[in-house]
Amino acid sequence: MVITDELVTYLEALGRIKLPEESRAKAQSDLQEILQYIDTLSELDTEGIEPMSHALPLTNVMRDDEVQPSIPTEDVLANAPAQKDNYFLVPRSFE
Amino acid sequence: MAKTTSWEIVMGLEVHVELATKTKIFCSCTTEFGGDPNTHCCPICTGMPGVLPSLNRQVVNYATRAGLALNCEITRYNKFDRKNYFYPDLPKAYQISQLYLPICRNGGVEIEAEGGGKKIIGIHEIHMEEDAGKLVHDPWTDSTMVDYNRCGVPLIEIVSEPDFRSANEVIRYLEKLKAILQFIGVSDCKMQEGSLRADINLSVRPVGSDKFGTRTEMKNMNSFKAIARAINGESKRQIEVLEEGGTVKQETRRWDDNKDASFAMRSKEDAQDYKYFPEPDLIPIEISEEVIKQTRNSLPELPEAKRQRYVSELGLSEYDAAQITTSKYLVALFEENLAAGYPAKELANWIMGEVMRMLSDSGKEPEEMGFDYRYLGALIGMVQKNEITRNTAKKVFKAVFEEGCDPVKYVEEHNLKTVTDTGAVKKAIEEVVAANQKSVDEYKSGKEKALQYLIGQSMRALRGKADPQTVTAILKELLG
Repeated sequence: MVITDELVTYLEALGRIKLPEESRAKAQSDLQEILQYIDTLSELDTEGIEPMSHALPLTNVMRDDEVQPSIPTEDVLANAPAQKDNYFLVPRSFE
Repeated sequence: MAKTTSWEIVMGLEVHVELATKTKIFCSCTTEFGGDPNTHCCPICTGMPGVLPSLNRQVVNYATRAGLALNCEITRYNKFDRKNYFYPDLPKAYQISQLYLPICRNGGVEIEAEGGGKKIIGIHEIHMEEDAGKLVHDPWTDSTMVDYNRCGVPLIEIVSEPDFRSANEVIRYLEKLKAILQFIGVSDCKMQEGSLRADINLSVRPVGSDKFGTRTEMKNMNSFKAIARAINGESKRQIEVLEEGGTVKQETRRWDDNKDASFAMRSKEDAQDYKYFPEPDLIPIEISEEVIKQTRNSLPELPEAKRQRYVSELGLSEYDAAQITTSKYLVALFEENLAAGYPAKELANWIMGEVMRMLSDSGKEPEEMGFDYRYLGALIGMVQKNEITRNTAKKVFKAVFEEGCDPVKYVEEHNLKTVTDTGAVKKAIEEVVAANQKSVDEYKSGKEKALQYLIGQSMRALRGKADPQTVTAILKELLG
């Protein structure tokens, strides 16, 4: 896969970030290098091998359905940049 | 395109159902509906950095139950996946869901087909995921207010095949789904509280075509009536676009029930890239053959089986049996009183008559019936013992339904018992006869209508508390 300039722009949009103009070329080549590194894997024969999503040899770790106290609302809202009537207040996000 | 083309509507449904667990899917906060804003929250469900999800066992149980009741295959080896999206209703900026290995697949629900017969609506898959928070627009600051109480409430998403061809089929499927899920106890399915929500994928095509048209997705559906209106509105819109030579755009539309029209949602929605990947914070879930067997054996009698039994064993009509079994609550009302010894047919008549009428008049759902179900039996009992007339019983039921009154006490307090003292009845009728000489003469000269008038006057004098047949007999006797 080739990291194009358009792809960098797309990744900026997905990540909600804007790279400084002078960093774009470096980001592009870094990303390309990362992909090349991962590409090493394609040298191996992975025929018939299940993809592994977890390194731990565990399954079915679950908890019982028992209510524990929530935390106080002032703690929930402690880091909110803005709040109103115990709601988080964020920039308008309705059309 | 010629205006004479007839069109076929093709639809598939995505139904989100909130599970009736006590706690959220990944933390131990309560799932109780309502509550002051941000009072059912903790660091996990508000997405604080560094926290880890801890899976609620009951979510897997309920999803398995739902899958078996809906004739699905259960996935033995389950994983969760991360669905990334950036929106304030989701504080982690991703939703934990299942993409690659959903817990249930290849199921189906049988419904009555349009124009008679049965039809199977295929269920493509059911997956487990978490609900998002609630956004409220604040007109004073022109900002959005966020409440995370609902964030992390467990959901199953039931994805159907594109098997629907009419609004009626959609409604029948949803009714069936709701009844089944309520019966097996995995959700209360309260549409007005958002615990059952449907998204509709809809396209149209010329009748006879085997290709699908371009579909739109409609969200924001919160009642069966709104769903029916949305389907009719959106299919008309698409047909108009096509008949004018245009093309339908694949987009998400929001149905506005007040304006009776759907509106395209912001086009940003189109370019969604969820960047799914396996959820690294949750290990896989294995469901054994043994667990599946136990779960299957623990399922109660499902609505379809009940319907058949009501007809074959209790002698109800097909229609009554079908209507009563649409709701766990109507069934409870029926079966609880049946167990107390009241006759099936009489109970069915009351449910199909007065109960349905009160529900439709009040715009309530059966789960909102707030009275003690035994009161219906008590009322029927009083009629059987001739303590009150059938008409009085209907009036008393209104008070039972609306205010939850105990009918026995209500009848006492309002002095509604049928007057059984024949002396008192006779005295009241004698007074009516004395005061209505004109009608008496008319009756004697052969006018049957005059008798009806005198019966009416007598019933009124007795405030409806006498048995009309007794009143008629006494009147006839007095008039010779």
